[in-house]
Amino acid sequence: MDFTAILAQIKPKLGCVADNLALIEEHIQQAISAKADLIVFPELALTGYFLKDLVPEVARRLDSPEISRLVELSRNISIAVGIVEETDDYRFFNSALYLEDGAIRHLHRKVYLPTYGLFDEQRYLARGERFRAFDTRFGRMALLICEDMWHLSSSYILAMDGATTLLCLSSSPGRGVEGDSLGSAAAWQQLTSTTALFLNCRVLYCNRVGYEDGVNFWGGSEYVAPSGESIVRARLFDEDALAASVAEGALRRERIFSPMLRDENLFVTMQELRRIERERGQ
Amino acid sequence: MAGLIANTDLLQQILTGFVRDEVRKVGVKKVVLGLSGGIDSALVAFIAAQALGAENVHAICMPYKSSNPESEAHARLVAQACGINFTVVPITPMVDAYFEMFPQADNMRRGNKMARERMTILFDHSALYSALVLGTSNKTELLLGYGTLFGDMASALNPIGDLYKSHVWQLSEAMGVPSEVIEKKPSADLWAGQTDEEELGFSYRQVDELLYQMVDLRLTRDELIAAGFAPEFIDSIYQKVQNSHFKRRMPVIAKVSNRTIDRDFRYSRDWGK
Repeated sequence: MDFTAILAQIKPKLGCVADNLALIEEHIQQAISAKADLIVFPELALTGYFLKDLVPEVARRLDSPEISRLVELSRNISIAVGIVEETDDYRFFNSALYLEDGAIRHLHRKVYLPTYGLFDEQRYLARGERFRAFDTRFGRMALLICEDMWHLSSSYILAMDGATTLLCLSSSPGRGVEGDSLGSAAAWQQLTSTTALFLNCRVLYCNRVGYEDGVNFWGGSEYVAPSGESIVRARLFDEDALAASVAEGALRRERIFSPMLRDENLFVTMQELRRIERERGQ
Repeated sequence: MAGLIANTDLLQQILTGFVRDEVRKVGVKKVVLGLSGGIDSALVAFIAAQALGAENVHAICMPYKSSNPESEAHARLVAQACGINFTVVPITPMVDAYFEMFPQADNMRRGNKMARERMTILFDHSALYSALVLGTSNKTELLLGYGTLFGDMASALNPIGDLYKSHVWQLSEAMGVPSEVIEKKPSADLWAGQTDEEELGFSYRQVDELLYQMVDLRLTRDELIAAGFAPEFIDSIYQKVQNSHFKRRMPVIAKVSNRTIDRDFRYSRDWGK
C-alpha cells in the first residue's frame, strides 16, 4: 500500500537519553499531526554516537520506561528508532526497533560493528547475529544499521527473505572534501541507489546531523525508489524532517520491468556458498 | 595534486557548522582568538565571524617590541574586513620582565615564552568574555611540530587543524581574507625578517604534497620515492612528525589503577552535550 514516511534527521545529544527521548517524541507528535504513517530515526537516536564508556549508562532494556513510552506512541504511527539495548545477560547491542500498533514488531542488532579508522564500536558493543525481514502494515520490511549496508550479503539476505523496503538507520561521519560533493555522502548515495537497483527494493535511509568532538554527521537522508532513483533527499548537515510519499505502484512496475530478484537463483547461491564454506574449513 | 585541492564551499559549511555547534553546545555564544596578522588566524577569524556573528568574536593582537609593525596593521585590517571586535595587548612588559632574569636566553626560549604569554592572555579573556579560545594551528604545522606546546597549540576548539597550509590558502581566498594577508610570506614573526619556509628549509607546497601522500594516503617510503620525493626529504619529514608527536598528545599518565584517564576511562569531550 501507499504510505508516507518521515525521515527524522535529528541531532541527538551525546549520552542524554532524557533529552533525546523528548526530541524523538516531539518529532513523533509532529509526524502524527502531519498524518504520516511511519517515522524513521537515525542509528543511536536515543543516545548519540561516540559513546565509548558511556555505553552501559545509556543502554536500555526493552522493558525500560523509555522504550515502553515509544512502544505506546506506536499506536498512532509506526516508528523505527536506534537505541543501545541491554540484555538479561548484560550484553550491549547497537539495536534498531520497529514499533507498530503498540508492539515491538522487530528488533535488529547491528551485525557489522566497524572498528577501523575513526570507528571503535566492537570495543564497546556486542555483535548481532541475524538478518530477518518482518511484516508491517506497509508490506515486508527490513532494518539495517549503517555499516550493515556496506556488506552486500546483508541486503541480499533481507531481499531474499522477502523485504521490499529496506530501512537503513545511520550515523555516518562526513569526510572527504576533495570532490564536487562530500566523499562519504557520494559513497552512500551510490550504495543506496545500487542496492535498491540490484534488489528492486526501496531504501529509506535516515542519517543524523550535528557534531561530536569535531566529527560532523552529514544528514542527506533519502528515499530511493526500487529503480535506484533518489526521489527525495534531505539537506546536508542541517536538521530536517523529510516527508517521503512511497508509492506501491512504483514497486510493482519496477518488479515487472526488471524481474532480476524473481530470477535470482537461491539454490545456486547456497550451493556455491556452502562449497566455499566447506573449502575454507579444510 | 588533486587531494590538496579542496571543495571550499563544503569546507566552509563544515567548519562554520563546527564552530557554531561546538561553541553553543557548551552554553556560550562567543569566542576569542589571537590575531597575528598572518593567514591562519585571519581565516579562523573569518570562519568564526560567519559562524557566530562578528559581534561574538573577540580578536586580540599581542605584539612584542620586535614584531613587524606590518603584522599589527594586517591584524587590524582582517578584524575590520570581517567586522569583529579587536584589542591590542602588547606582551613586551611581561616578556622583558621575565628575561631580565635570564638575559642569556636564546631565540627558541624567547619565542616559546612569547607564545605561552599570548596563551595566558587568551585564556584570561576567555574568562572575561565567557568565550571559548579558538586555535589557529593548521595540519602542516601540527604534524611538523612547528608550534609551541601549551602556547599557540593551546585552544578549546581548532577549526583548521585538519587543513594543510595549501587548504588554508584556498579557503582564505574563497572566504575573502584580504589579499595582502594571503600573499605575504608566512612568518612566526618572532624576530625581524623571519620566514617559516626559510626556517623550515622547504616550502609549504613541497611539504604539503609529501605529508598528504604520507599521512593521508599512507604511501610507503618506496612509493613516495617512486612518486619523485627525495629519500632524505622523506626521512627528515618522517622524523619531524615522529619527534613532535608528544606535542599532539595529552601528558602521559603512569598507570596504576584499573581505570586510567584516557587509557581505559574513555569518554568523548562532548559527553552530555
